Amino acid sequence: MTPLLEVDAVDVFYGDVQALFGLDVTVAQGETLAVIGANGGGKSTLLKTVAGVLRPSRGDVRLHGTSLRGVPAHRRVGRGIAMSPEGRRLFPSLTVEENLLVGSHSGRPGPWGLARVYELFPLVSERRARPAANLSGGEQQAVAIGRALMANPELLLLDEVSLGLAPVVVAQLYAALPTITAQGTTVLVVEQDVHQALAVADRVQCLLEGRTVLEGPAASVDMAALSAAYFGVSA
Amino acid sequence: MSWVNAVVQGILLGGLYALVAAGLSLVFGVMRIVNLAHGVLAVLAAFGAYVLGDTLGLHPFLALLVVVPVMAAVGYGLQRGLLNRALGGGELAPLLVTFGLAIVLQNALLEAFSADSRRLDVGALGTASIRLGDGLAVGVFPLLAAVVGVLVIAAIGQFLARTATGRAMRATSDDRDAAALMGIDGRHLYAVATAIALATVAIAGVFLGARSTFDPSAGGVTLIFAFEAVVIGGLGSLWGTLLGGVVLGVAQALGAAVDPAYGVLAGHVVFLLVLATRPRGLLPSAVTA
Repeated sequence: MTPLLEVDAVDVFYGDVQALFGLDVTVAQGETLAVIGANGGGKSTLLKTVAGVLRPSRGDVRLHGTSLRGVPAHRRVGRGIAMSPEGRRLFPSLTVEENLLVGSHSGRPGPWGLARVYELFPLVSERRARPAANLSGGEQQAVAIGRALMANPELLLLDEVSLGLAPVVVAQLYAALPTITAQGTTVLVVEQDVHQALAVADRVQCLLEGRTVLEGPAASVDMAALSAAYFGVSA
Repeated sequence: MSWVNAVVQGILLGGLYALVAAGLSLVFGVMRIVNLAHGVLAVLAAFGAYVLGDTLGLHPFLALLVVVPVMAAVGYGLQRGLLNRALGGGELAPLLVTFGLAIVLQNALLEAFSADSRRLDVGALGTASIRLGDGLAVGVFPLLAAVVGVLVIAAIGQFLARTATGRAMRATSDDRDAAALMGIDGRHLYAVATAIALATVAIAGVFLGARSTFDPSAGGVTLIFAFEAVVIGGLGSLWGTLLGGVVLGVAQALGAAVDPAYGVLAGHVVFLLVLATRPRGLLPSAVTA
């Protein structure tokens, strides 16, 4: 069976600086893959490439076996790829509810709507009429995830959910993930918090300086090998 | 009573300025472009209505049925073909492109229509007036222009607040890259905003052309008044633009009541005072870019 997402030997550059080196990533339908790694490993670059914000200079990104070459970011949402970007990136002048509604701009049908998102994040429901700029970091992250869900994605990209948040808040946010995957949504999560990533993912892939240094099932990963891969020291 | 009269006439004039400035305010609010061709585009629309009147005998208000959609289409094409490309070239590029466009358009109009002054004839409507009391009367036409100005501003405001496209426009104004991740095509949305702006400028141009004479060089003054209304009200704020137009109109009318030569000057002085004391305008938009 064709995997949902195939990132096939991509090179990605920021100007003259190469961020990804022939990177391969495969995500099966219904799977949750966590991509972990230290800063500068290329995790966010990978997500931006899948979302269509960055274009690979070599290699290909395929969804259901169909190449996404030349498909701009705004069209990929309609194809079923939605992202909660690094730093949340809510629309500050819009209310929480308007932010969520903008997420459904592509009009993709599916299980998610305002009511379901409010059910998933009750705190967001209480804040619905507030400007998004006036929320705490954890609330903003919940809105950002909800906004991505509003697009009814087949593939949900979560970039650094834990960034700048207290561990208890991060745990609350990740507690919502099983409800999301129960809808059949495939999740590709990028995370610096290794323990959180291992807790939610089926499989884990560790990047270092734009290359894969370790991958395997999250349940059986050897922590010593992972730690060595994460920091780039030979075990 | 002459002071009351001046204020009333000034408010009506302000409504017309707001009508002219609405498109400028929308374009700035959505994509941070100051469209220096705005005034000339109003004059272009007035000439469009003039040609339709001259050849087909259409009343200027009927001509709007043609001029408004044509100008909207011009706006869409202008944004897709020219301004979206200029946006990629930094802050100064759109300013220079619209400045160049203004010069090209003005000279093209001069070639086509010569420097003669024209006026759109709205018939008896142009001279009809309503008596409000002793020595106080308002013209039906200026009243109509002001009402249309308020309606256009209110309509744009409702469009931005309540429709999905308007919401997407505000989101794109906040963060274009994040909006793309929501499936919003910024280039298309910007073109829709410019199309709406030029549709309103078409209405404004016809009212300006019927209120007083115009010629190809009239775009400069039109742009300055519109720009002053936008800045007095607060950049990017639609209701601020209406307030700015009224402040400018009243200042000009009061100045003219003192001495007819002081009208325009008084408007500029008020503009400079607002700029010096409240540089963000009287009703600054809540979120700064």
